Amino acid sequence: MIRVLLPYHLRTLAKVSREVELDVPGVVTLRATLDALEAKFPMLKGTIRDHVTLQRRPLLRFYACQQDLSNDSPDTPLPEMIISGKEPLFVVGAIAGG
Amino acid sequence: MSGVRVLVGTRKGAFVLTSDGQRKNWAVDGPFFGGWEMYHLKGSPVDPNRIYASQSSGWFGQLIQRSSDGGKTWEQVDGKFVYEGTPGPHKWYDGTPHPWEFKRIWHIEPSLTDPEVVYAGAEDAALFRTDDGGNSWQELAGLRQHGSGVLWQPGAGGLGLHTIILDPTNPKRIYIAISAAGAFRTEDGGETWKPINRGLVSKYELPDPTAEVGHCIHHMAIHPSRPDVLFMQKHWDVTRSDNSGDHWRKVSGNLPTDFGFPIEVHAHEPETIYVVPIKSDSEHYPPDAKLRVYRSRSGGEEWEPLTKGLPQSNCYVNILRDAMAVDTLDECGVYFGTTGGQVYCSADSGDNWTPIVRDLPAVLSVEVQTLA
Repeated sequence: MIRVLLPYHLRTLAKVSREVELDVPGVVTLRATLDALEAKFPMLKGTIRDHVTLQRRPLLRFYACQQDLSNDSPDTPLPEMIISGKEPLFVVGAIAGG
Repeated sequence: MSGVRVLVGTRKGAFVLTSDGQRKNWAVDGPFFGGWEMYHLKGSPVDPNRIYASQSSGWFGQLIQRSSDGGKTWEQVDGKFVYEGTPGPHKWYDGTPHPWEFKRIWHIEPSLTDPEVVYAGAEDAALFRTDDGGNSWQELAGLRQHGSGVLWQPGAGGLGLHTIILDPTNPKRIYIAISAAGAFRTEDGGETWKPINRGLVSKYELPDPTAEVGHCIHHMAIHPSRPDVLFMQKHWDVTRSDNSGDHWRKVSGNLPTDFGFPIEVHAHEPETIYVVPIKSDSEHYPPDAKLRVYRSRSGGEEWEPLTKGLPQSNCYVNILRDAMAVDTLDECGVYFGTTGGQVYCSADSGDNWTPIVRDLPAVLSVEVQTLA
């Protein structure tokens, strides 16, 4: 079970509490995890990745196990601690004032 | 009993203001979608309980919300806006070709006859339509693929399609306006488009002041009884056309400045129009720090300031292009919102104004529904 922590506005859209749990089939990559997230919560399509290019939205980041995975290949397997469910994957909005 | 519902989009959420026909006591509901930029909300003329809203964010992109109960509850519908084909370039700020990139929906225009049909104006400039209540959107690509598209250039606020006017007497005719490409008209429901910018003069904005395209139009309005008569607030100049946009003439007359953003038409007097003069394109606040709506009862040229109830000192707000509207009650109500978070109402055609609310986030849009 993969644990994902979403930022406030996406939790509101998805009507979930702080953390969601996902079954991710096959190799657990960022792409597979986001695919599973969007399959379970279709209202999040287009909010984390562009609808067409599936590129990460520029002001979002992916953190896991004290690492920034934002610019890694989406097909790189996630860290073992994420795959085992011991650590969550963080989807984080860039800090902004105002 | 009749009443009104005012739909307010702000930088940080949407608000719904309701009152009876007296328009003195107001209920304020919201924020809906708190923290999101709500560019525009508009209700269906056919089914007032059906309201569509453009919700966007620099972080999370574009969403569309739909209400079927007058704004009490909302459901997210499709927010996927994809340009048809390979979107070939428009002109970038430095004059180089730049590919179309979708950023947000600026304006929503529900059909006059079918609550499931809605038009949406996008940045980068394009017109989209849904036939299923927002569950899917298709581009009317004939506009973007008009031969002049390579010359369209964004203004400082972006290359936004911000005005959509549906002709109530001809379902095939639509007017749209883009900053800074100009005005266009279709006579075939959106398949083909014609630039309608003759007579416009943009001597401070364009190297060729009378170019076919490139004019920075801020807003346009019609009276439904006379869809061939268009009124326009251009970057500078207030203008009108009496032949469906084929030719425009300046009617700024005695306005203290003819820079501004919104323009609206009285619900029952087709020659009564409203603008809010702003000092200049460099100083986006009212001249002399006095917030004054100007009304012309002659379709332009002769204007009178409307000041009762509006701040007449130390006022430095702006009124954005979609932030003014009228209701259709017997005594026409006029409404506008400011970047300072006030929404003002006049229940007597502009003679007297009172704030409905004073401290909302910056107001991006105001629309009014007149309820039976």
